[in-house]
Formats: sequence, C-alpha cells, structure tokens
Amino acid sequence: MAYDYRPFPFVPPPGLTAPEPCHPVVIVGAGPVGLALAIDLALHGVRTVVLDDNNVVSVGSRAICWAKRTLEIFDRLGIGQRCVDKGVTWKVGRTFHRDAEVWNFDLLPEAGHRMPAFVNLQQYYVEEYLVARALEFPGLIDLRWKNRVPGITPGVPTGLTIDTPDGPYDLTADWVVACDGARSPVRGMLGLDFDGELFEERFLIADIEMAADFPPERWFWFEPPFHPGQSALLHKQPDNIYRIDLQLGWDADPEVERQPDRIIPRIARVVGHDDFRLDWASIYTFQCRRLAQFVQGQVIFAGDSAHVVSPFGARGGNGGIQDVDALGWRLAAVAKGQAPAALLDAYDRERQFAADENIRNSARTTRFMSPTPGAERLFRDAALHLAGQAAFARPLVNSGRLSRPCIYPVGGADDPALPPVSRPGSVAPDAPLGTGWLTHALGGRPVILAIGMAAPAVTGAETLSLNPTPDLTARYLGSAPGAVYLIRPDQIVAARWVQPTAADLTGAFAALWTAPCP
Amino acid sequence: MPLITAPNLPDPDGFYAALLAAHHGLTAADSTAFNARLILILANHIGDPPTLDAALALAGS
Repeated sequence: MAYDYRPFPFVPPPGLTAPEPCHPVVIVGAGPVGLALAIDLALHGVRTVVLDDNNVVSVGSRAICWAKRTLEIFDRLGIGQRCVDKGVTWKVGRTFHRDAEVWNFDLLPEAGHRMPAFVNLQQYYVEEYLVARALEFPGLIDLRWKNRVPGITPGVPTGLTIDTPDGPYDLTADWVVACDGARSPVRGMLGLDFDGELFEERFLIADIEMAADFPPERWFWFEPPFHPGQSALLHKQPDNIYRIDLQLGWDADPEVERQPDRIIPRIARVVGHDDFRLDWASIYTFQCRRLAQFVQGQVIFAGDSAHVVSPFGARGGNGGIQDVDALGWRLAAVAKGQAPAALLDAYDRERQFAADENIRNSARTTRFMSPTPGAERLFRDAALHLAGQAAFARPLVNSGRLSRPCIYPVGGADDPALPPVSRPGSVAPDAPLGTGWLTHALGGRPVILAIGMAAPAVTGAETLSLNPTPDLTARYLGSAPGAVYLIRPDQIVAARWVQPTAADLTGAFAALWTAPCP
Repeated sequence: MPLITAPNLPDPDGFYAALLAAHHGLTAADSTAFNARLILILANHIGDPPTLDAALALAGS
C-alpha cells in the first residue's frame, strides 16, 4: 500500500519573538544527509539546529539502494537494524543483453559481516527512521520544519535569514552545513557552480505496487525485447513496491512521458501485465559534477549539494552518508574547540577524492549505457556481443559499479606483512566478536585495536585488545602473529604496525586532529 | 612486458591475407564492428596495462 505521509508539526521557533544566541552548527536540509549529520553530532555532544523548507519525508522512493558501508554508519547512528528489518536485502546483480544473461556479480561473497551488501529501502522510510532517532536527542537536535532559508551572509559567524509560516527571523551560526540537495539553494546564494559533465539522456523512473515473486536481486537489461534499443533496471523494495528505470533517449518529451497513460503501457511491457498500481514516477536527466571545494569558509557542503552522479551505482545517497561519516567527528572536534578549523580541510580533501571516484565510476557507466554515436557505440556493442560468447568480455559490460567506500590516501604507517583489505585509508573490515561485531566495538571514537599482542597506551585513545579469530586473522593479521591498528572515529584505518613504539602511536593519534597535507 | 614493435609475426603475408579474408564481404559498418571485437579480444589476450597503453599511444601517433 502507499506510504502514509504524516506531516511534521511546525513549531514557531524562538527567533520569531527574540534574537537567538549564536548556534554552534546549523544544518540546512532534513534529508538523509542532514538528519544523519545532526544525529552524528548529537552523539558527539554537539548541538544543531536543522532547518527544512518542507514538513514531510521524501516524496517518492528516490534513493533506495543502501550499501553495506552506509548500513554500518546507520548502525552507529542507531537506525541500522530498522533499515535491515524493513528493507529487502540483496547482493546479486544480473545483467542481460536482449534475452540472455551475460554477467552477474555477488557483492558480498564472504560471511562474517554484520551488514549485508545492500538493502533496498525507500528514502521516505530512511528519513522516517532518522527523524524518529533525531527526536531522541531533544536537548541537542532542534528540528525546524517549514523553515526555509532565502538568505545567507557568510562570515564569522554566518547569518541566515529564515522564512516560516509565521513570518521571517534571523539566525547566526559558527558553522552552516548545506545538506540541501542537488539544487542546493545555499550553493546558489553563494554563487558557487558545479564543474563536470552533463549527459544528454532521459530516464523514466517508476515505482509500482504489485504482487510478484521476483527474487531480491538487481536486474539490468541492455536492449531487452520489451524495450527495444534501450536499457531497463528492476529493483525490489519492501511493501511489494518495484522500482523500474527505463532509458528513453534524449529526444523523449518529458511532459508527454510523465503522463500515466504513457507510463503504464511501458511498465506493462516490462512486467508482462497491467495488474499493478503506479505509486510514483519521475523523468530525469543526470549530471556527474561537483563543487571545486566542499568547505567554503564557515559553510560546508555535504551530499548532493556538493556532488551529483548518475543513479546507476547507488553512489548518490551512499556517497552523501559517507560524507557525514568523514565530517561528523571532525566538525564535532572543531565545534568543541578540541581541534583547529583546518581539520575540516581533511574532510574536504578526502571527500573530493571520494566524489571523484564516484563521478568517474558513474560517468563510465553512463558512457556504456548511453553511448554517443561513433566509437562509444561501437565498442559498447562489441563488448555486449562478445559477452555472450567469451568470459573475458563480461567484466567490460557496465550496468553500474555499485557503491563501495573508497580507500582514502591517508599516508599512515603500514606494514607489507598485513593484508591489503585493512590497509590505511580503508574502512576497518567488520568481523564477528563472540556474540557481537567489531564495528559495534569500534563505535564512533578513536580506538587502538591490538590483535594478538599488547599495544603501548596512548593518552586519549581507548585500546581494544582482541585475541585472533579466523576472521580477524584473515582481515587484520595475514601471516603476522599480531598487529596494532589505529582506527579513526569514522572506523577508517589510520595506520597499522606489527611492532609499534609508543612514539609511533602517539604521533599517529595526534595526526588525526590536524590536517596534514598528504 | 614492453610492447613488441620489432617484427613478430612468423608469416606476415599470411596474417594480412587472413585479416582481409575475415573482412571479405562485410559492409563497412560490419567491418568496423568486427574490428572493435577483434581489438577487445586481442587486448584481453595482452592484458598488461603498460603494454596496452603503449599500443594506444603508438596507434595514435
């Protein structure tokens, strides 16, 4: 059945009647990125005001594919289990050319991880869970619905003009985080532009409700018999909702294509009948672009306001949540006066690196799915032709390279004896710990992880000492009998050693709170 | 392995004839498509990225 949109109440903010004191952090936008950031900051004890121009969760399913790393972050924020319980867990993707399967992938072939490769869950549920979680921090998160920001004056502090149903008011903030989406009004008001590519292609995206028995897998077709010459994508969501994406071509008229009497026959050809309810549809084009810098003085950009990608690869929503992961602990340290503002440069640098990787992958997929006439079309067709005959061509077929965390170029100490999967810059791989999980034990603070050996103590860092298990040995030790890892609050491996000195650890720990140039 | 630019075909005339024979009777579009498939097949056989980069550079020079 259709999602029940329940408006959140507008509460007249105190600024309407008297000037408010300067706020440490104001977040513009209560989508997944803004809400996740507010919760992360609250977990660090930092107060936020969250402003949203609307008063309901996402209209339409929008971001639906939540990747393992996002689910681990959601778990740390307190909504991971709800997402898994409600969502459709999947890890296998199948790609078809015409009517034959030419390629498939398994995104999580090994056991011993708390979170699955992917969960499909409509954005409105994710936002609902994040709002419920945010409301558990009444003294720290001040959620203000129907508060639109028509004006911003960057400075120290930054001034914001806000419109509400009861009239305008002003706010000041030490830090403003723009989580206001791909068309970011804050970005526009600061006169900042995206750099990158626009793709001339149109897609129909539709959610339908039907009783069906499709497996929980991602299915992608090139030139299917039911949609000749174009591509199609099918995803299963909870509540018997299915997501269908159909490539329409640049010549398609969006006004014509968005009419239900046009959409329904198209979808009927995909699913083979018309016994379904059209829940939501949209026509979209896309870009692969980003801001040159995500930190602009006291204004910080995160999520789609900072970078946009094509949807094939689920790198938009997941990239945004990983922005939060890289920003939250650093902004908290700066807001609490525990680190210099320059620490935010490390957020900027790391997430630019990540955005470039996401944009590169997403642009390559787009070029394969929607090749321009000439060489792009020629080699795309050659790869598809060969994929049905020879195994080597199948990895060339690109229907989306699904979101994985990048390996940050952190430059921390490393030892070649230790396994590549946990090298510095990587997310610390999860592993079972008795009846729990390593990601839970790491939490959201810096940890010195000592496996199979003792670690020198470091002031300010907790030590987690573990005995080797088969999974810990495979993911953290390799052939070494023991190792010590410094794990950041975002669970990124900062550095690792097989025989560290106290000075090694103290130096690496101190470096977390500065922003050294790589 | 560096890109081999010295003669390496045991029977250059034989290979050249086989290549032309494979294209015989194809339209220009089909020949182009054939060449694209052949390039992907041979590139996979070579595999080594520096060698492929050197081949791309030589073809474009």
